[in-house]
Amino acid sequence: MLFAIFSLLSAAVFVTLDAVDVAFTEAAVGAGISTILMLATLAVTRTREERAHRLKPLAWVATVFTGAVLLYGTMDYPQVGDPTAPAHQHVAPRYIQQSGEEIGIPNVVTSVLASYRGYDTLGEVTVIFTAGIGVLCLLGPVITLFGKREKD
Amino acid sequence: MVHFNYWVVIVLIMTGLYVVMAQTNLVKKVLGLNIFQVAVFILYISVGKLAGGTAPILAAGFDRYANPLPHVLILTAIVVGVATTALALALVIRIDKAYGTIDEMEIEELDKEQE
Amino acid sequence: MQHHVVLRIVCKLLIPLILLFALYVQFHGDYGPGGGFQAGVIFGAGFILYGIVFGLRSVQTVAPPPVVVMVSCAGVLLYALVGVAGPMMGGNYLDYSVLLDDPVAGQHLGIILIELGVGLTVASTMTALFYAFAERR
Repeated sequence: MLFAIFSLLSAAVFVTLDAVDVAFTEAAVGAGISTILMLATLAVTRTREERAHRLKPLAWVATVFTGAVLLYGTMDYPQVGDPTAPAHQHVAPRYIQQSGEEIGIPNVVTSVLASYRGYDTLGEVTVIFTAGIGVLCLLGPVITLFGKREKD
Repeated sequence: MVHFNYWVVIVLIMTGLYVVMAQTNLVKKVLGLNIFQVAVFILYISVGKLAGGTAPILAAGFDRYANPLPHVLILTAIVVGVATTALALALVIRIDKAYGTIDEMEIEELDKEQE
Repeated sequence: MQHHVVLRIVCKLLIPLILLFALYVQFHGDYGPGGGFQAGVIFGAGFILYGIVFGLRSVQTVAPPPVVVMVSCAGVLLYALVGVAGPMMGGNYLDYSVLLDDPVAGQHLGIILIELGVGLTVASTMTALFYAFAERR
Protein backbone atom coordinates (compact mmCIF):
# COMPACT_ATOMS: atom_id res chain seq x y z
CA MET A 1 0.00 0.00 0.00
CA LEU A 2 2.81 2.38 0.87
CA PHE A 3 4.32 1.45 -2.45
CA ALA A 4 1.15 2.57 -4.26
CA ILE A 5 1.19 5.88 -2.42
CA PHE A 6 4.86 6.30 -3.30
CA SER A 7 4.04 5.76 -6.97
CA LEU A 8 1.15 8.18 -6.90
CA LEU A 9 3.34 10.83 -5.27
CA SER A 10 6.04 10.36 -7.87
CA ALA A 11 3.35 10.77 -10.54
CA ALA A 12 2.50 14.12 -8.95
CA VAL A 13 6.18 15.06 -9.09
CA PHE A 14 6.22 14.25 -12.80
CA VAL A 15 3.24 16.55 -13.40
CA THR A 16 5.04 19.46 -11.74
CA LEU A 17 8.04 18.70 -13.93
CA ASP A 18 5.84 19.09 -17.04
CA ALA A 19 5.94 15.40 -17.93
CA VAL A 20 2.23 14.71 -18.23
CA ASP A 21 2.58 11.59 -20.35
CA VAL A 22 5.00 10.04 -17.89
CA ALA A 23 2.79 10.94 -14.92
CA PHE A 24 -0.13 9.24 -16.59
CA THR A 25 1.79 6.02 -17.05
CA GLU A 26 3.31 6.05 -13.58
CA ALA A 27 -0.08 6.59 -11.94
CA ALA A 28 -1.70 3.72 -13.82
CA VAL A 29 1.24 1.33 -13.55
CA GLY A 30 2.57 2.09 -10.10
CA ALA A 31 -0.65 2.61 -8.19
CA GLY A 32 -2.49 -0.07 -10.11
CA ILE A 33 -0.72 -2.95 -11.72
CA SER A 34 2.62 -3.35 -9.97
CA THR A 35 1.02 -3.03 -6.54
CA ILE A 36 -1.43 -5.79 -7.42
CA LEU A 37 1.38 -8.02 -8.65
CA MET A 38 3.36 -7.33 -5.48
CA LEU A 39 0.36 -8.18 -3.27
CA ALA A 40 -0.33 -11.33 -5.29
CA THR A 41 3.25 -12.47 -4.76
CA LEU A 42 2.99 -11.81 -1.03
CA ALA A 43 -0.24 -13.79 -0.91
CA VAL A 44 1.27 -16.74 -2.75
CA THR A 45 4.56 -16.89 -0.88
CA ARG A 46 4.38 -17.57 2.83
CA THR A 47 5.84 -14.39 4.19
CA ARG A 48 6.87 -14.40 7.76
CA GLU A 49 9.57 -12.30 9.31
CA GLU A 50 11.31 -14.77 11.55
CA ARG A 51 14.47 -12.90 12.24
CA ALA A 52 14.34 -9.26 13.23
CA HIS A 53 16.09 -7.02 10.77
CA ARG A 54 19.58 -6.11 11.92
CA LEU A 55 21.35 -3.02 10.70
CA LYS A 56 24.06 -4.21 8.38
CA PRO A 57 27.10 -1.99 8.92
CA LEU A 58 28.84 -2.92 5.69
CA ALA A 59 25.78 -2.22 3.55
CA TRP A 60 25.24 1.03 5.42
CA VAL A 61 28.84 2.15 4.76
CA ALA A 62 28.57 1.23 1.09
CA THR A 63 25.29 3.13 0.77
CA VAL A 64 26.63 6.25 2.42
CA PHE A 65 29.79 6.08 0.33
CA THR A 66 27.75 5.79 -2.89
CA GLY A 67 25.56 8.69 -1.80
CA ALA A 68 28.60 10.83 -1.05
CA VAL A 69 30.17 10.06 -4.43
CA LEU A 70 26.92 10.89 -6.22
CA LEU A 71 26.59 14.10 -4.20
CA TYR A 72 30.13 15.08 -5.19
CA GLY A 73 29.26 14.30 -8.79
CA THR A 74 26.24 16.60 -8.84
CA MET A 75 28.23 19.63 -7.68
CA ASP A 76 28.89 20.89 -11.20
CA TYR A 77 25.56 19.79 -12.65
CA PRO A 78 23.37 22.47 -14.20
CA GLN A 79 20.52 23.92 -12.18
CA VAL A 80 17.01 22.53 -12.69
CA GLY A 81 15.28 24.17 -15.62
CA ASP A 82 18.42 25.95 -16.82
CA PRO A 83 17.83 26.59 -20.56
CA THR A 84 21.57 26.44 -21.28
CA ALA A 85 21.93 22.94 -19.85
CA PRO A 86 23.49 20.46 -22.30
CA ALA A 87 20.32 18.36 -22.29
CA HIS A 88 18.42 21.16 -24.01
CA GLN A 89 21.04 21.88 -26.66
CA HIS A 90 21.27 18.81 -28.82
CA VAL A 91 18.25 17.19 -30.51
CA ALA A 92 15.36 18.46 -28.38
CA PRO A 93 15.06 21.91 -30.06
CA ARG A 94 14.94 20.24 -33.45
CA TYR A 95 12.16 17.91 -32.33
CA ILE A 96 10.17 20.80 -30.89
CA GLN A 97 10.62 23.09 -33.89
CA GLN A 98 10.35 20.61 -36.75
CA SER A 99 7.94 17.93 -35.57
CA GLY A 100 4.92 20.19 -36.04
CA GLU A 101 5.63 20.42 -39.77
CA GLU A 102 7.13 16.98 -40.36
CA ILE A 103 4.69 14.85 -38.38
CA GLY A 104 1.73 17.17 -38.06
CA ILE A 105 0.61 16.20 -34.57
CA PRO A 106 0.88 18.48 -31.56
CA ASN A 107 2.06 16.00 -28.93
CA VAL A 108 5.83 15.98 -29.39
CA VAL A 109 6.23 13.03 -27.02
CA THR A 110 4.05 10.88 -29.26
CA SER A 111 5.85 11.88 -32.44
CA VAL A 112 9.28 11.25 -30.94
CA LEU A 113 8.09 7.95 -29.45
CA ALA A 114 6.44 6.55 -32.53
CA SER A 115 8.27 8.15 -35.41
CA TYR A 116 11.72 9.55 -34.67
CA ARG A 117 12.54 6.78 -32.21
CA GLY A 118 10.38 4.06 -33.70
CA TYR A 119 13.17 1.50 -33.44
CA ASP A 120 13.56 2.08 -29.71
CA THR A 121 9.86 1.69 -29.15
CA LEU A 122 9.73 -1.49 -31.20
CA GLY A 123 12.47 -2.83 -28.95
CA GLU A 124 10.60 -1.80 -25.81
CA VAL A 125 7.38 -3.44 -26.98
CA THR A 126 9.33 -6.60 -27.73
CA VAL A 127 10.83 -6.51 -24.23
CA ILE A 128 7.36 -6.21 -22.68
CA PHE A 129 6.09 -9.06 -24.82
CA THR A 130 9.08 -11.24 -23.96
CA ALA A 131 8.72 -10.51 -20.24
CA GLY A 132 5.06 -11.45 -20.43
CA ILE A 133 5.88 -14.73 -22.17
CA GLY A 134 8.65 -15.35 -19.62
CA VAL A 135 6.21 -14.93 -16.74
CA LEU A 136 3.73 -17.29 -18.38
CA CYS A 137 6.49 -19.87 -18.84
CA LEU A 138 7.72 -19.51 -15.25
CA LEU A 139 4.34 -19.72 -13.61
CA GLY A 140 3.43 -22.99 -15.20
CA PRO A 141 1.32 -23.98 -18.18
CA VAL A 142 -1.54 -21.67 -17.38
CA ILE A 143 -2.27 -21.10 -21.01
CA THR A 144 -2.01 -23.48 -23.88
CA LEU A 145 -3.15 -22.29 -27.24
CA PHE A 146 -5.29 -25.36 -27.79
CA GLY A 147 -7.51 -24.63 -24.85
CA LYS A 148 -6.32 -27.40 -22.53
CA ARG A 149 -5.78 -26.21 -19.02
CA GLU A 150 -3.24 -28.18 -17.06
CA LYS A 151 -2.37 -27.91 -13.42
CA ASP A 152 1.07 -28.80 -12.20
CA MET B 1 19.14 24.82 -2.94
CA VAL B 2 20.15 24.81 -6.59
CA HIS B 3 20.58 21.04 -6.79
CA PHE B 4 17.67 19.86 -4.68
CA ASN B 5 16.33 17.57 -7.41
CA TYR B 6 19.61 15.65 -7.46
CA TRP B 7 19.53 15.40 -3.67
CA VAL B 8 16.08 13.82 -3.77
CA VAL B 9 17.33 11.38 -6.39
CA ILE B 10 20.42 10.55 -4.31
CA VAL B 11 18.35 9.91 -1.18
CA LEU B 12 16.05 7.60 -3.13
CA ILE B 13 19.01 5.81 -4.72
CA MET B 14 20.60 5.32 -1.29
CA THR B 15 17.32 3.94 0.08
CA GLY B 16 16.93 1.54 -2.81
CA LEU B 17 20.56 0.43 -2.65
CA TYR B 18 20.42 -0.21 1.08
CA VAL B 19 17.21 -2.21 0.76
CA VAL B 20 18.70 -4.32 -2.03
CA MET B 21 21.91 -4.99 -0.07
CA ALA B 22 20.63 -5.39 3.48
CA GLN B 23 17.26 -7.10 3.15
CA THR B 24 17.29 -10.85 2.84
CA ASN B 25 13.63 -11.12 1.83
CA LEU B 26 13.54 -11.40 -1.96
CA VAL B 27 10.24 -9.50 -2.35
CA LYS B 28 11.74 -6.60 -0.42
CA LYS B 29 14.77 -6.72 -2.70
CA VAL B 30 12.49 -6.33 -5.72
CA LEU B 31 10.80 -3.42 -3.94
CA GLY B 32 14.22 -1.83 -3.38
CA LEU B 33 15.04 -2.17 -7.05
CA ASN B 34 11.73 -0.44 -7.83
CA ILE B 35 12.61 2.47 -5.55
CA PHE B 36 15.99 2.73 -7.27
CA GLN B 37 14.20 2.71 -10.61
CA VAL B 38 11.86 5.55 -9.64
CA ALA B 39 14.93 7.55 -8.54
CA VAL B 40 16.37 7.19 -12.03
CA PHE B 41 13.03 8.22 -13.55
CA ILE B 42 12.95 11.38 -11.44
CA LEU B 43 16.56 12.16 -12.41
CA TYR B 44 15.76 11.95 -16.13
CA ILE B 45 12.52 13.92 -15.92
CA SER B 46 14.09 16.68 -13.83
CA VAL B 47 16.88 16.98 -16.41
CA GLY B 48 14.21 17.51 -19.07
CA LYS B 49 12.51 20.33 -17.16
CA LEU B 50 12.87 23.80 -18.65
CA ALA B 51 12.22 26.85 -16.47
CA GLY B 52 9.11 28.68 -17.65
CA GLY B 53 8.34 25.90 -20.07
CA THR B 54 5.21 23.85 -20.43
CA ALA B 55 4.39 20.24 -21.26
CA PRO B 56 5.67 19.30 -24.72
CA ILE B 57 2.34 19.51 -26.55
CA LEU B 58 2.53 22.12 -29.25
CA ALA B 59 -0.01 24.91 -28.84
CA ALA B 60 -0.35 28.48 -29.92
CA GLY B 61 0.98 30.97 -27.43
CA PHE B 62 3.78 28.84 -26.01
CA ASP B 63 7.31 28.71 -27.25
CA ARG B 64 9.15 27.03 -24.38
CA TYR B 65 8.54 23.34 -23.90
CA ALA B 66 10.10 20.76 -21.63
CA ASN B 67 12.54 18.43 -23.35
CA PRO B 68 10.44 15.60 -24.83
CA LEU B 69 13.27 13.10 -25.18
CA PRO B 70 13.61 12.07 -21.50
CA HIS B 71 9.83 11.78 -21.34
CA VAL B 72 9.84 9.27 -24.18
CA LEU B 73 12.64 7.25 -22.60
CA ILE B 74 11.02 7.13 -19.17
CA LEU B 75 7.53 6.50 -20.51
CA THR B 76 8.66 3.28 -22.10
CA ALA B 77 10.97 2.48 -19.18
CA ILE B 78 8.05 2.54 -16.72
CA VAL B 79 6.04 -0.01 -18.67
CA VAL B 80 9.11 -2.15 -19.31
CA GLY B 81 9.87 -1.79 -15.60
CA VAL B 82 6.54 -3.27 -14.56
CA ALA B 83 6.99 -6.14 -17.01
CA THR B 84 10.46 -6.95 -15.68
CA THR B 85 9.24 -6.56 -12.08
CA ALA B 86 6.57 -9.12 -12.86
CA LEU B 87 9.26 -11.44 -14.22
CA ALA B 88 11.30 -10.99 -11.04
CA LEU B 89 8.26 -11.70 -8.87
CA ALA B 90 7.49 -14.79 -10.95
CA LEU B 91 11.04 -15.99 -10.25
CA VAL B 92 10.44 -15.33 -6.54
CA ILE B 93 7.30 -17.46 -6.65
CA ARG B 94 9.22 -20.29 -8.32
CA ILE B 95 11.99 -19.99 -5.70
CA ASP B 96 9.36 -20.16 -2.98
CA LYS B 97 7.95 -23.28 -4.57
CA ALA B 98 11.35 -24.94 -4.84
CA TYR B 99 12.74 -24.00 -1.42
CA GLY B 100 9.68 -23.19 0.67
CA THR B 101 11.13 -19.85 1.66
CA ILE B 102 11.96 -16.52 0.09
CA ASP B 103 14.65 -15.58 2.57
CA GLU B 104 18.06 -15.45 0.98
CA MET B 105 19.92 -16.71 4.06
CA GLU B 106 17.62 -19.68 4.48
CA ILE B 107 18.02 -20.56 0.82
CA GLU B 108 21.80 -20.50 1.25
CA GLU B 109 21.58 -22.77 4.28
CA LEU B 110 19.34 -25.19 2.37
CA ASP B 111 21.85 -25.21 -0.49
CA LYS B 112 24.69 -26.01 1.92
CA GLU B 113 22.72 -28.83 3.49
CA GLN B 114 22.24 -30.43 0.11
CA GLU B 115 25.95 -30.49 -0.67
CA MET C 1 -17.07 -11.55 -2.84
CA GLN C 2 -20.83 -12.14 -3.02
CA HIS C 3 -21.62 -9.70 -0.25
CA HIS C 4 -19.80 -6.59 -1.33
CA VAL C 5 -22.78 -4.99 -3.01
CA VAL C 6 -21.38 -1.47 -2.97
CA LEU C 7 -18.08 -2.63 -4.40
CA ARG C 8 -19.74 -4.59 -7.17
CA ILE C 9 -22.11 -1.81 -8.19
CA VAL C 10 -19.37 0.82 -8.15
CA CYS C 11 -17.15 -1.43 -10.23
CA LYS C 12 -19.94 -2.05 -12.71
CA LEU C 13 -20.28 1.69 -13.09
CA LEU C 14 -16.55 2.34 -13.25
CA ILE C 15 -15.30 -0.37 -15.59
CA PRO C 16 -17.02 0.93 -18.77
CA LEU C 17 -15.74 4.39 -17.96
CA ILE C 18 -12.20 3.06 -17.46
CA LEU C 19 -12.28 1.22 -20.77
CA LEU C 20 -13.79 4.23 -22.54
CA PHE C 21 -11.13 6.47 -21.03
CA ALA C 22 -8.45 4.03 -22.19
CA LEU C 23 -9.79 4.23 -25.74
CA TYR C 24 -9.87 8.02 -25.51
CA VAL C 25 -6.25 8.06 -24.34
CA GLN C 26 -5.32 5.66 -27.12
CA PHE C 27 -6.80 7.61 -30.00
CA HIS C 28 -6.40 11.10 -28.62
CA GLY C 29 -2.73 10.55 -27.84
CA ASP C 30 -1.70 12.60 -30.87
CA TYR C 31 -3.34 15.76 -29.56
CA GLY C 32 -3.17 15.51 -25.79
CA PRO C 33 -1.20 13.49 -23.30
CA GLY C 34 -1.58 9.81 -23.98
CA GLY C 35 -0.65 7.06 -26.36
CA GLY C 36 -0.36 3.34 -26.63
CA PHE C 37 1.57 2.68 -23.44
CA GLN C 38 -0.77 4.67 -21.20
CA ALA C 39 -3.92 3.36 -22.87
CA GLY C 40 -2.60 -0.17 -22.63
CA VAL C 41 -2.01 -0.03 -18.90
CA ILE C 42 -5.37 1.64 -18.25
CA PHE C 43 -7.18 -0.96 -20.36
CA GLY C 44 -5.31 -3.73 -18.59
CA ALA C 45 -6.13 -2.18 -15.20
CA GLY C 46 -9.83 -2.24 -16.16
CA PHE C 47 -9.68 -5.99 -16.78
CA ILE C 48 -7.68 -6.53 -13.60
CA LEU C 49 -10.28 -4.62 -11.56
CA TYR C 50 -12.99 -6.81 -13.06
CA GLY C 51 -10.97 -9.89 -12.22
CA ILE C 52 -10.39 -8.83 -8.63
CA VAL C 53 -14.00 -7.99 -7.89
CA PHE C 54 -15.89 -10.61 -9.89
CA GLY C 55 -13.39 -13.44 -9.78
CA LEU C 56 -10.86 -14.85 -12.19
CA ARG C 57 -13.31 -17.17 -13.93
CA SER C 58 -15.69 -14.43 -15.01
CA VAL C 59 -12.94 -12.25 -16.43
CA GLN C 60 -11.53 -15.23 -18.27
CA THR C 61 -14.86 -15.80 -19.99
CA VAL C 62 -14.69 -12.21 -21.25
CA ALA C 63 -11.04 -12.40 -22.26
CA PRO C 64 -9.95 -16.05 -22.55
CA PRO C 65 -6.21 -16.56 -21.89
CA PRO C 66 -5.40 -17.91 -25.38
CA VAL C 67 -7.03 -14.85 -26.95
CA VAL C 68 -5.05 -12.56 -24.64
CA VAL C 69 -1.77 -14.18 -25.65
CA MET C 70 -2.68 -14.00 -29.33
CA VAL C 71 -3.60 -10.31 -29.06
CA SER C 72 -0.24 -9.74 -27.40
CA CYS C 73 1.54 -11.37 -30.34
CA ALA C 74 -0.67 -9.51 -32.82
CA GLY C 75 0.31 -6.14 -31.34
CA VAL C 76 4.05 -6.75 -31.79
CA LEU C 77 3.45 -8.14 -35.27
CA LEU C 78 1.33 -5.12 -36.25
CA TYR C 79 4.14 -2.83 -35.16
CA ALA C 80 6.78 -4.77 -37.06
CA LEU C 81 4.65 -5.12 -40.20
CA VAL C 82 3.89 -1.39 -40.33
CA GLY C 83 7.66 -1.01 -40.24
CA VAL C 84 8.01 -3.48 -43.13
CA ALA C 85 5.45 -1.52 -45.15
CA GLY C 86 8.01 1.31 -45.35
CA PRO C 87 10.62 -0.57 -47.44
CA MET C 88 7.85 -2.16 -49.54
CA MET C 89 6.75 1.29 -50.64
CA GLY C 90 10.23 2.64 -51.27
CA GLY C 91 11.20 4.17 -47.95
CA ASN C 92 13.22 3.07 -44.96
CA TYR C 93 12.16 0.66 -42.22
CA LEU C 94 9.65 2.38 -39.91
CA ASP C 95 9.49 5.39 -42.23
CA TYR C 96 5.82 6.32 -42.41
CA SER C 97 6.09 9.23 -44.85
CA VAL C 98 5.73 6.90 -47.82
CA LEU C 99 2.56 5.19 -46.60
CA LEU C 100 0.32 7.81 -48.19
CA ASP C 101 0.84 10.39 -50.92
CA ASP C 102 1.05 13.20 -48.41
CA PRO C 103 4.06 12.60 -46.12
CA VAL C 104 2.43 14.31 -43.12
CA ALA C 105 -0.77 12.26 -43.48
CA GLY C 106 1.40 9.15 -43.91
CA GLN C 107 3.22 9.93 -40.67
CA HIS C 108 -0.11 10.38 -38.94
CA LEU C 109 -1.43 7.04 -40.20
CA GLY C 110 1.80 5.30 -39.26
CA ILE C 111 1.73 6.69 -35.74
CA ILE C 112 -1.90 5.67 -35.21
CA LEU C 113 -1.15 2.10 -36.34
CA ILE C 114 2.02 1.89 -34.25
CA GLU C 115 0.26 3.19 -31.16
CA LEU C 116 -2.49 0.65 -31.75
CA GLY C 117 0.09 -2.12 -31.83
CA VAL C 118 1.71 -0.83 -28.64
CA GLY C 119 -1.66 -0.51 -26.92
CA LEU C 120 -2.74 -4.04 -27.86
CA THR C 121 0.52 -5.56 -26.67
CA VAL C 122 0.68 -3.63 -23.40
CA ALA C 123 -2.98 -4.19 -22.48
CA SER C 124 -2.92 -7.91 -23.21
CA THR C 125 0.46 -8.44 -21.56
CA MET C 126 -0.73 -6.73 -18.38
CA THR C 127 -3.86 -8.89 -18.37
CA ALA C 128 -1.79 -12.01 -19.01
CA LEU C 129 0.54 -11.11 -16.12
CA PHE C 130 -2.49 -10.78 -13.86
CA TYR C 131 -3.83 -14.16 -15.00
CA ALA C 132 -0.47 -15.80 -14.40
CA PHE C 133 -0.21 -14.43 -10.86
CA ALA C 134 -3.87 -14.97 -9.97
CA GLU C 135 -3.84 -18.60 -11.17
CA ARG C 136 -1.26 -19.31 -8.49
CA ARG C 137 -3.66 -18.78 -5.64
